[in-house]
Amino acid sequence: MRLKIALPKGRLLSETAALLAQAGWGLDEYRDGTRSYRLKSQKMPDLFAKVFQEKDIPVQVAVGNYDLGICGLDWVEELLAKYPGSALVKLRDLGYGKGVLYTAASRSLPSPQIDTLQQQRDIVRLASEYPNMAESLALDLRLKRFSVFPLWGGAEVYPPENAELILISRINGDKTFNHDLVAVSRILDFSAYLIANRYSWESKDLSSAVASLEEILACSGESCTQVADIEKIPEVKGSYPVREVAGDVVRLALADGHQQQPTIELLNKAGIRVDDYPSSSGKRRPTSNLDGVTIKVIRPQDMPLQVANGNFDLAITGKDWLTEHLNQFPASPVVELLDLKFGWVRIVAVVSNEVPVTDTGGLRQLWAGQSAPIRVASEYVNIADKYARDNHLGLYRIIPTWGATEAFLTEDADLLIENTQTGSTLARNNLKIIDTLFESTARLIANKDSVADAKKRKKIESITKTLRGALA
Amino acid sequence: MSAHRCKGTRDMSPQEMRRFRLIEGIFRESCLKWGYEEVRTSTIEHLHLFTSTGTLTPSRLRRVYSFLDWDGWSGERVVLRPDGTIPIARLYIETMSDAGLAKLFYVTDVFSFEETGKESREKWQCGAELIGAGSATADVELVTLALDVVHKLGLKYVELILSHAGLIRTLLVKFGLSHDEQEDVFDHILDGDLSILAKLKPERPGLGRTLAALLDLKGRSVGFLKNMRSLVNRDLPELEAPFNNFIDIVERLEAVGCDYQIDITSGRGFEYYTGLIFRLFVGGEEVGGGGRYDALIPLMGGQDTPASGFALYMDCLMGLIALDNLVPPSAGKILVRTGLKKAGDLKGAFDLATFLHEAGYPAEVYLGGPEPANLKWTVEIRSKEPCFVLTDRDSQQKFEVETGPEVLVLLGGTKRLPSAKSKGKR
Repeated sequence: MRLKIALPKGRLLSETAALLAQAGWGLDEYRDGTRSYRLKSQKMPDLFAKVFQEKDIPVQVAVGNYDLGICGLDWVEELLAKYPGSALVKLRDLGYGKGVLYTAASRSLPSPQIDTLQQQRDIVRLASEYPNMAESLALDLRLKRFSVFPLWGGAEVYPPENAELILISRINGDKTFNHDLVAVSRILDFSAYLIANRYSWESKDLSSAVASLEEILACSGESCTQVADIEKIPEVKGSYPVREVAGDVVRLALADGHQQQPTIELLNKAGIRVDDYPSSSGKRRPTSNLDGVTIKVIRPQDMPLQVANGNFDLAITGKDWLTEHLNQFPASPVVELLDLKFGWVRIVAVVSNEVPVTDTGGLRQLWAGQSAPIRVASEYVNIADKYARDNHLGLYRIIPTWGATEAFLTEDADLLIENTQTGSTLARNNLKIIDTLFESTARLIANKDSVADAKKRKKIESITKTLRGALA
Repeated sequence: MSAHRCKGTRDMSPQEMRRFRLIEGIFRESCLKWGYEEVRTSTIEHLHLFTSTGTLTPSRLRRVYSFLDWDGWSGERVVLRPDGTIPIARLYIETMSDAGLAKLFYVTDVFSFEETGKESREKWQCGAELIGAGSATADVELVTLALDVVHKLGLKYVELILSHAGLIRTLLVKFGLSHDEQEDVFDHILDGDLSILAKLKPERPGLGRTLAALLDLKGRSVGFLKNMRSLVNRDLPELEAPFNNFIDIVERLEAVGCDYQIDITSGRGFEYYTGLIFRLFVGGEEVGGGGRYDALIPLMGGQDTPASGFALYMDCLMGLIALDNLVPPSAGKILVRTGLKKAGDLKGAFDLATFLHEAGYPAEVYLGGPEPANLKWTVEIRSKEPCFVLTDRDSQQKFEVETGPEVLVLLGGTKRLPSAKSKGKR
């Protein structure tokens, strides 16, 4: 009987690999820096392991693609907050990768914040990488009116101007917060967890794999992590002024991650000096020589939504994320002002080399009349959804992913919508491109209401003109 | 790809739609006679309409169908209406509050996620709301109207169960809980979880016992309520007002001949109620319920306006009513046949069918394939005299006539007067 397990990349990899090695699983290729997604064990020939982003693992186990999985309990609870009936069994705290999920707010707000927010009749904005738990929290707190901003990261920079509350995790005992934040409540203590698909757990014999881990863990005396009730953290005294942003100030968002270098090069070429960007200390509020402009550093994926909802006037993000946003919100007030010509990628439709088609039409014919849904995996869920609809792929299912999407083919997806520069990663994974949806480069985007605002228009036009000049 | 409906959804067949329309018809007729006017609210509402009042429990809000609309970049969600009353209150605040009294009724679907998919996630209800009237008589009118509809549907052994939200809420105040803690305990009680009572630490010993005794309160007479009032009045004078209100309503219900049972814990699912709560059961199955919700409209930003209402659960009622006892057998159908192939001959068939419809007869033009069931007559149209050949399908007797009016005479005469433009003549 074949046993399938989903294993994490990233922060949990090394400790998970050590645990499995101790348990004698013989997954030699599962180690830091590995480029292999599919792992076989010499000692356990019926074992098939696959490596995923940690966040993808609860979904993959819940839908039955894998019998067992290892990931942080935080991502399990995030799935269960939205889908409490998911076919997941939480089997065992593995005792490492410990962290705490907090709600946090700006120190500049009067305390106690939660009580204040509960009485507030205006919208309370919650921002988080854990949007399902954020919504659940808002309902538990009986907030009268709230909105949730799902984020790819960088939540700590949002309060107080762009969010009243954030849900944010701190790992390995780190209790510090940047950006004048204070923890308001402790939502969840989490660590790495062994989970199982409920139907596998009820119908398959997983005992040898589970017992081998149990033996190691019993020796180390690890106890289970419990989901904490919402616990108020003592008020932190201190006086921190709210950062008032004047009505004529233009709020600019710059990207974190690998887009920072080409962005700063372009800005420098345009004569725009931005200090502390990229920040060696992880700060996200750089300063610049642009008068009347404030800057925050956030994820490029989050920028179009944040520009649309008026938290920012201007941002530099990719055409891919702008398109993703416009596919979700076709009437969005976000407009593209300028193609900045860097960060070029192609957004492509990808299948396995084993699939005997060369284009989307061939794919449609191949899948015509198929009774099982076509599984389309992508980080760009709205682009993928539109692509499947526009190409009449029939019965299909979108599988949201959080990176390393190429690992999904062929066991866990039939089609990918993915970005690529050279195509070499795809080729290395025995995949082929059957369609190019569009090409993407970095764009200067704006909220059209900000562009029309008499107080901001001149500054926005000036920045646009300066950047255009640098491209010439 | 197979064509199948979504999990947790329900289609209604022609037979089920006959039941649906019957319930709807009886409900509409009763409401109109009692002076209520029909309204219909939007299927999509803002989520904050349901969160802002704090009137739905978090567990209920977790089951709403919420999503970001196409213009939902603010991050605020919209929902498929999870409740019938709150949208009516919103409509009243938006457009009717100047009028003062509003007697409204509706037939609508409400949406709530159900895990197993065995129950429908879309439920139909017909409801009435009496906004702007705060008297016990208004409560009695709504109970009477609800019972009137249920009885007209031919349902027997209807149980009316009464509770009073004001009694529980007033007592919870005495536990020294914050507003949110009171709501939390109230939610647990309404969700049927009485274990929460053991965790409460009241200001005075004995309060917990009083609350437990109150929640255990079951009786069938106003005397029983008066007995309970006398028992707690000395220690808890705050309960006198809700007790008096409850007794007032029950005395009036007795006066109009209503049988009832009192069960204080029967408030489940009625989070926003402040006074009387009533539920209707038939054969142990809940078919409706309602009550007084005086705080709802002010909580939603409207003026201080008393209100009460009820809803009947159509999905349950559809399974309980005996259709044959309520609807007379349908008249036999008439099938109009023409063997002629010219467009003009087809016109003759459609003209005759229209003529018969206007005279009050069900008539269909034959389209090929099997004949419809329950045929009483066949009328064959010919190009030469006799123009119409009628066949009685029971006796197989044939009749030949020349004009539409002669056809009518054979069928038994006009049921309604055909209009001047009748075209069934040849």
